[in-house]
Amino acid sequence: MRGLTMNLTRRMLMGVAMGGYLLSAGAAMAKTELTFWSWRQEDKAFYQDVIKKFQEKEPDISVKFETYAPENYQTILSTALAAGRGPDVIQARAYGNLEAIATPGYLLALDKQNVPELANFPDSALAAETLRSDGKVYAVPFAMQAQLVVYNKKILKDAGLNLPKTWDELIALCQALKAKNINPFSNGTATAWQNETIVGGLLSSMIGKQFEADIVSGKANFTDPRFVNALAKLKEVSQYFAPNFTGVDYPSSQQLFVAGRAAMFAGGSYEVANFKSQNPTLDLGVFPAPVLKAGDEALIATYYDGGYAVNAKTEKKDAAVKFVRFLATPEYGTAFTNTLKNLSPIKGIKIEDPITQDVAKLADHSMSYLMLVHFRYQEPSGSVLLQSNVQKMLAGQQTPEQAAAEINKGIATYYKPFQK
Amino acid sequence: MPVSPKQARTLKHRSWVAFLVIPPIVFMSLFVVYPILSAFAYAFYEWRGLARGEFVGLANFKEVLIGPIMGPVVWNAFLHNVYALVALMIIQNGGGFFLAWLLYKEPFGFRFHRVAVFVPVVLSTIIVGFLWKLFLNPNFGIVNQALFTVGLDSLAKPWLGDASTALGALILANAWHFVGFPTLVYLAGMQRIPSEIIEAARLDGTSEWQLLKNVIWPLVAPSTTILFTLLFIGAFNWFEIPYVMVGLDGSPYGTTDVLGLVFYRTAFGNQSASIQNFGQGSALATLLFLFIVVFASMLTLWLRRREIQF
Repeated sequence: MRGLTMNLTRRMLMGVAMGGYLLSAGAAMAKTELTFWSWRQEDKAFYQDVIKKFQEKEPDISVKFETYAPENYQTILSTALAAGRGPDVIQARAYGNLEAIATPGYLLALDKQNVPELANFPDSALAAETLRSDGKVYAVPFAMQAQLVVYNKKILKDAGLNLPKTWDELIALCQALKAKNINPFSNGTATAWQNETIVGGLLSSMIGKQFEADIVSGKANFTDPRFVNALAKLKEVSQYFAPNFTGVDYPSSQQLFVAGRAAMFAGGSYEVANFKSQNPTLDLGVFPAPVLKAGDEALIATYYDGGYAVNAKTEKKDAAVKFVRFLATPEYGTAFTNTLKNLSPIKGIKIEDPITQDVAKLADHSMSYLMLVHFRYQEPSGSVLLQSNVQKMLAGQQTPEQAAAEINKGIATYYKPFQK
Repeated sequence: MPVSPKQARTLKHRSWVAFLVIPPIVFMSLFVVYPILSAFAYAFYEWRGLARGEFVGLANFKEVLIGPIMGPVVWNAFLHNVYALVALMIIQNGGGFFLAWLLYKEPFGFRFHRVAVFVPVVLSTIIVGFLWKLFLNPNFGIVNQALFTVGLDSLAKPWLGDASTALGALILANAWHFVGFPTLVYLAGMQRIPSEIIEAARLDGTSEWQLLKNVIWPLVAPSTTILFTLLFIGAFNWFEIPYVMVGLDGSPYGTTDVLGLVFYRTAFGNQSASIQNFGQGSALATLLFLFIVVFASMLTLWLRRREIQF
């Protein structure tokens, strides 16, 4: 009797296991669930929408979107990857931060074979997601950002003032605004990284593309007059920043601008959507860094935020690659740009938002956001040096020459061309 | 062989002890000893992101202590930790002692004040940090507004943006947050002193100051020992208030940098400026741990010997 039950149980179990196996194989065909990690909690609705559109094409794949706080994201992600886990699809950053997770082999290398859509991107975008050591692309880029000047159209119109093209015009504009008791800029320097965005937004035209090329080729270094003089100009204009700007942190400077209490904000193109969401009545525009003399090329500083990568260890590689390919289509780029008001680098997208159109147009004349693109791979990073030394210079604790020399000295510890 | 009742009792006793002791030992080894040892081991390797590279011996320790890049940063931060320790010793623990003395004398409303002084300790450090950051805002913060109201405009400053005041502001915010703790410990210490001793001193005609200095202070020495040791540990592990109020970079330009911030930046990277170096981060954490353990133990032993028994 007992033997019989045993037998029966065993048979039933085998049957169940067999059925389970078949079912699970079937289920795998029917439903693959991908996990997708991001630091963009505020874009959740957008991504959910994208996932829905993706599923219309690939009904067999579902995607679970999970977010973590931006300041902890890299830590959580790299810990998970190091433990051999982590999501199937990863929103990754670019440049040095990408290298931190791509170098150990956590990401799947992408090429035109497995992701033909890479052809939709300009080279500079792919370069941001390329590992310098093996030259392979590890993520599909999602957004181009620019450092420029955002301005409040209404304030300038009410004051009867025009946009500045040259540096002297900018100073004249600041004086005119100040005379009318309007804060020209809402910027503050208490938050270290704001010093770098301010340099990108205000000084790019004076620093110039040629300087960037010379730095990269090793013909010039940061003690070059083009860089030092630009810093001196920044010191000059800083008197028109927020009152007590050395103690004004990033959120306070944003608030000042959003409340309509300042005419301009030197910073990222990503601020526009943020400002608008906090105060939809704002009428905003953007302009490039003013040039030293009329006729010079006006520039903005551009870089790429990050990209979508595939976990090299995922068991659902095919599905994950399919999803990432979808995120590389012009259709996705158009939705991304128009919903999030961030410029997708994908070629051939249709932009609805006028300010994003302007940013896209300005991007035709751009240099790199220098330190992030070229010098954020080793310590002391160009960003650390630029941020703290500009902060110190603007606080009146060192001269532009000293600031430039300090930056140069720090980078020279690892950058061969500066060691001559 | 039959087990005698006595043996059975010992066995039962022993298994009871084992039952009580083994879980915490396992727990401690797993979550305290193992991470400390592994952090120690990590410090001997080169790291690429979070992937372990080659064994590099003491190179990370060397770079952290005397390297041309990390060395100056670390010592600059260490100095700020020392400032914080000294300043908090005077303001936070010293202030706590006097507050405790006031409460001990049970003035009008002392029950309310006893609670009030402890309330900030219960608040989350993150909240306290943000609160003080708002208070110290140069343009609409309550501190500068108050100075304007009383006509001391010249004293108003961008407190957290000025290199000469930023660290001091952090120290004061920290003292405001935690002063209730030394107050409570000292108050308990004072209440433990037999009332005859104080009465005798009063009969001998001591002044209030002499009483405080020659009677109360020596008799609350055990409280001082514990408070100083805790403050020592806290000052060298200082992280939350600086992190919330001035950010990972120790703004402005490193004048508020402390070892906790350096460790975090180095081990995990600073999203908007730097990249991580897990090996050097681990080396710094290990050194910091050893420094705190050695000095805190020595301090405790030394201070214990100076205590008076009664």
